[in-house]
Amino acid sequence: MSHRLGEIEVQILWNRLIAVVEEQAQTLIRTAFSTAAREAGDISAGVFDRRGRMIAQAVTGTPGHVNSMARSVGHFLDAYPLDTLVAGDVLITNDPWKGTGHLFDLTVVTPTFKNGHAVGLFACTTHVVDIGGIGQSPSGRQIYHEGLQIPMMPLARAGQMNEDLLRIVRANVREPVQVVGDIYGLAACNDIGAARLVEMMAEFGLDDLEELSETIISRSRQAMADAIGKLPRGTWTSSMTIDGLEAPVTLVGSLTIDADVVRVDYTGTSGISSFAINCPLCYTEAYTAFGVKCAIAPWIPNNAGTLDAVIVTAPDSCIVNAQHPAAVYARSIIGHMLPDIVFGCLDQAMPGTMPAEGTSSLWNLSLVAAHGLTGRADEVRTAFNVTTFHSGGAGARPQLDGLSATPFPSGVRNVPVEVTESITPVVVWRKELRTDSGGAGRQRGGLGQVMEVSNRDPSPMGIYHRFERVRFPARGRAGGREGAVGRLRLSSGTEFPDKGLHIVPAGDRVIIEMPGGGGYGDPRTRDPRRVARDVAYGLVSAEEAERTYGVAADGAPPKS
Amino acid sequence: MGKAAVRLAVDIGGTFTDLVLDVGGRFISTKVLTTQEAPERGVLDGTRRILAQAGVAASDLDLVIHGTTLATNALIERKGARTALLTTAGFRDSLEIAYEHRFEQYDIYMERPEPLVPRPLRYEVPERIAADGDVMLPLDERAVERLAERLMADGVEAVAICFLHAYRNAAHEERASAIIARRIPARVIAISSEVCPEIREYERASTTAANAYVLPVMEGYLERLDHGLKALGCSGPLLLIMSSGGITTVDTARRFPIRLVESGPAGGAIMALAVAAQNGIDKALAFDMGGTTAKITLIDGLRPQQSRHFEIGRAARFVKGSGIPVRIPVIDMVEIGAGGGSIARTDPLGRITVGPDSAGAMPGPASYGRGGTMPTVTDANLLLGWLDPANFAGGHIDLAPAVAAAAVDAVVGSRIGLDRTQAAHGITELVTETMASAARVHAVENGKDMAERTMIAFGGAAPLHAARLAQKLGIARVIIPVGAGVGSAYGFLRAPMAYEVVRTRLVPLKAYDPEYVASLFAAMRAEAEAVVRLGAADTALEETRTAYMRYRGQGHEVAVPVPDAALRPGGVDHLHHAFEQVYHALYGRTIPLLDVEALTWTLSLAESRELPAREPPVAARSAPEPVARRALFDPGRGATVEAGVYGRDSLPPGAVVEGPAIIIEAETSTLIPGGFVATLNGAGQIVIDRRPR
Repeated sequence: MSHRLGEIEVQILWNRLIAVVEEQAQTLIRTAFSTAAREAGDISAGVFDRRGRMIAQAVTGTPGHVNSMARSVGHFLDAYPLDTLVAGDVLITNDPWKGTGHLFDLTVVTPTFKNGHAVGLFACTTHVVDIGGIGQSPSGRQIYHEGLQIPMMPLARAGQMNEDLLRIVRANVREPVQVVGDIYGLAACNDIGAARLVEMMAEFGLDDLEELSETIISRSRQAMADAIGKLPRGTWTSSMTIDGLEAPVTLVGSLTIDADVVRVDYTGTSGISSFAINCPLCYTEAYTAFGVKCAIAPWIPNNAGTLDAVIVTAPDSCIVNAQHPAAVYARSIIGHMLPDIVFGCLDQAMPGTMPAEGTSSLWNLSLVAAHGLTGRADEVRTAFNVTTFHSGGAGARPQLDGLSATPFPSGVRNVPVEVTESITPVVVWRKELRTDSGGAGRQRGGLGQVMEVSNRDPSPMGIYHRFERVRFPARGRAGGREGAVGRLRLSSGTEFPDKGLHIVPAGDRVIIEMPGGGGYGDPRTRDPRRVARDVAYGLVSAEEAERTYGVAADGAPPKS
Repeated sequence: MGKAAVRLAVDIGGTFTDLVLDVGGRFISTKVLTTQEAPERGVLDGTRRILAQAGVAASDLDLVIHGTTLATNALIERKGARTALLTTAGFRDSLEIAYEHRFEQYDIYMERPEPLVPRPLRYEVPERIAADGDVMLPLDERAVERLAERLMADGVEAVAICFLHAYRNAAHEERASAIIARRIPARVIAISSEVCPEIREYERASTTAANAYVLPVMEGYLERLDHGLKALGCSGPLLLIMSSGGITTVDTARRFPIRLVESGPAGGAIMALAVAAQNGIDKALAFDMGGTTAKITLIDGLRPQQSRHFEIGRAARFVKGSGIPVRIPVIDMVEIGAGGGSIARTDPLGRITVGPDSAGAMPGPASYGRGGTMPTVTDANLLLGWLDPANFAGGHIDLAPAVAAAAVDAVVGSRIGLDRTQAAHGITELVTETMASAARVHAVENGKDMAERTMIAFGGAAPLHAARLAQKLGIARVIIPVGAGVGSAYGFLRAPMAYEVVRTRLVPLKAYDPEYVASLFAAMRAEAEAVVRLGAADTALEETRTAYMRYRGQGHEVAVPVPDAALRPGGVDHLHHAFEQVYHALYGRTIPLLDVEALTWTLSLAESRELPAREPPVAARSAPEPVARRALFDPGRGATVEAGVYGRDSLPPGAVVEGPAIIIEAETSTLIPGGFVATLNGAGQIVIDRRPR
């Protein structure tokens, strides 16, 4: 039996658990192969108690795994009760509905034993380089197009790797060494977490985590309840229309603040798409909860207690609760928009506190030259397939301008142009802020950026268009104007308004103009000195300053 | 010869300028106030004073080694030159777009630091070099000529030039620099291919811009200081300490002042290195805790960990990615917002948090009685009986326990229902835990273990927290050196002349050509040697070669020592093996079948320096009677006990002090918790050991 924990001991152990999962996450990021994992931190790591309740989770680059991975451990324990597991057992899945929303994410769960008893579990998720199937295209029609599906199963039994599974993986993915390398990395990072946990328990004389887990979860739950209790009670509804794929998608969310929980229901949202922009509910839940938490209690560490405070529901088969066999690869297109819905509701509950809409969805460049995609093998001089992470402008905040070329809600980082050019024949001719793209307002929306890219080889190149806010812009708030819409075109003139794979002919360049964030407040109330500075800096044109802000380029007060 | 060498070390800090004079092995130290507006005045004043104190004439001074935070302060306070940045057309916003990243995931009100060069001073030049160094678009020289005129008109004081892939082909940067130099003095122009010829355009531009930004400031300062020293009659050379822990000449420092940032802490690490040598420690952890931050450095095999990545002026919470990134050789240390002045609070979850912000010197901890109402680590230390209120910081500051008690009660104790001692204990425990976590993560990132290390602790606040921190890290021994308060300046006296050179050349091991790599290193050696020989004409030099390598497809490189054998025919296997060893040490595995590549290469060259000899053991003897007895909270037992107070000066070599006890000296106090025993070694260092349980 463990002794009763003192107050200071609880606090230290809580800190220590967070340090353990951060270490677990760092290990995963540093060994990962996919750009998504290592540059964008598109991974997750957490520790769970015997009941499968998450006690601590690393803060990583993308919030999409926050709740989804936490729920995933519950699914695993339903299928593989803890009492049936032994030391050296490791479980795996990439089931989008029981993992983290698409086949590219592998989730691995490992029970931790101390003195022969299971004391808890570690789980982690990473986005792998490839999973077979149609690849990084939003054009899949069914989950079966999207690659290899790994139902929940053992990756290892008592330390013995499931070689049959690994052979199937190798046969199905385009980069077998890297993908299998990542699978080993997932298992190894759980082991590191487990070793640290056992050391910690030995240092503090703990035989189990029960009391600690209960204390952390109940305190966090109480803190969430306290934060929610300070908010006005009621229900508010917000809706937003985005480009979608074959047709525009309308997202409708109703947010209810109850005594100690926040409920978000997506009734009224468009139905599923025939393409791969559908979002499983676990991913919807993750981005919704992230939006709520940013707005009301960013300082509480994530665990089962905080997750239970946000309850997300959606009717079956709407685009935010897509069911099998819908294609889901590009579910982030929808997921990334959900915090804007949450902010739209909370703005009504608490005016003057929520940012305007931003680009929200990422403008990653997935560039490819490959047989069958950009020509026949003999027409492709150097085959490549590279993704770099980029962002348009974020929404203006009530007291601050929006961040330019910065992701929200995703937490990705870009890849240096020099690095991309070193490993592929891609040439980036321009990457600069896009004048006049930030939505006008008392606080200006963040600017998007313009990139101009070509293939240095005399071969065609493909670009996957998964871009949002091309038809429907990020809207301003409180009188702020909308941000500029994005645009994809060839320098020779052709426009590519629709999602899908587009071909850039040899010698031509593709120009990517990323959207701006929405403005906040009436532009005519913006400090004329700030308008003049924006003009001097070339962020706002003199014409726009005069037309929308009513300020002459030299910062003179508005003309009547 | 016959005459003993006289060397002076000067470390300018935020509040004090520390001076240590070495007269043939006899050390004299002093502190004067830093004169912020013209730091050379404080230096010269202190020099005059310490020479008088030692009875040494200025003309007898053989050497002055100097470390300054002037460049760092200019960058943090944005008091550098009006700087222009010239970039490849289409890339002037690289400096501002930075990583396209939010460093605070949950903070929707996050703000990025303003770039050092505002957009109107970032100019574009038509030119383009490809990743392989080929010219895709020639430099538009007419455009550069027009720009030179415009820079004059815009009142620019310094110029940074950073073109894409200039680390591979510097021709365009060099040509542009020559053209600009017709109008703007060449000494205030910095080009990326000289400052930081390393891949990744944002970080290279940031480093180059930061270098240009401080060029005029440092130039003026170094010139005034040099003149001032000569006017005093000092004819010996002035050398500058760099962030790598090496020293360099004034000329090099003027060209690359960015290499001088964070040089003070580097001095501390060098002092710790000497202590490690004296005690025969193979694996050490240097722990430096002052008023605002704590710094932890790993020293293995008598080599401090090196790195090429540093961030200046991280936003309030010490968050990675929130400062100005610079790629320079640095002693790798993790810096934590945890010092004596760190402020304690409780969050809405009832958790005690400490730092990262500090009460600084004004108002300082509550117990300074200067109007501070927030409890700090020092206040908690005082309430636990670890500090003597009448004898803090050399008796310069009287501490007021009642004010500390009120602050701890109000901000921590009463909010979460802990009595005063528990609350104070909670503050010290949590600040120690924060440091322990940071140390563990740092070790993991470097593939190192914590156990089996010896901790070397210095800085005003470290000796109070060292034993408990060691316990949390599983470390069994702690050493508190003599003069822990002015450790950095002591370290300067031991620093070697050194220089590091970097090149980016993507070399897949499949296409590895040892001859090519050998000639690359030979060119780097020549460049480094030209710099080092300016200050070390004929001493033996030590060369360290490193390749930054990864599996193809990864984005993060690991630092791999390049063995001599790798430069000979068939060398590829040796380099591959070296890579796998490092990778395995870091991540516990290697990945067969996957291609390996080297991206960046560094060569550092340093004077061979003899480390101090191993101290012979001394016979144990009992300590003299304690000078006083004091009630203190013993973290070893978790209870308040009566403990002896010993004066460090009165403890002879071999003296044994059983914990719980306190050993006091002018600048600091050392806490020996219950379960630990302290022994004075032959060098007068306090060696604290954990009693086996």
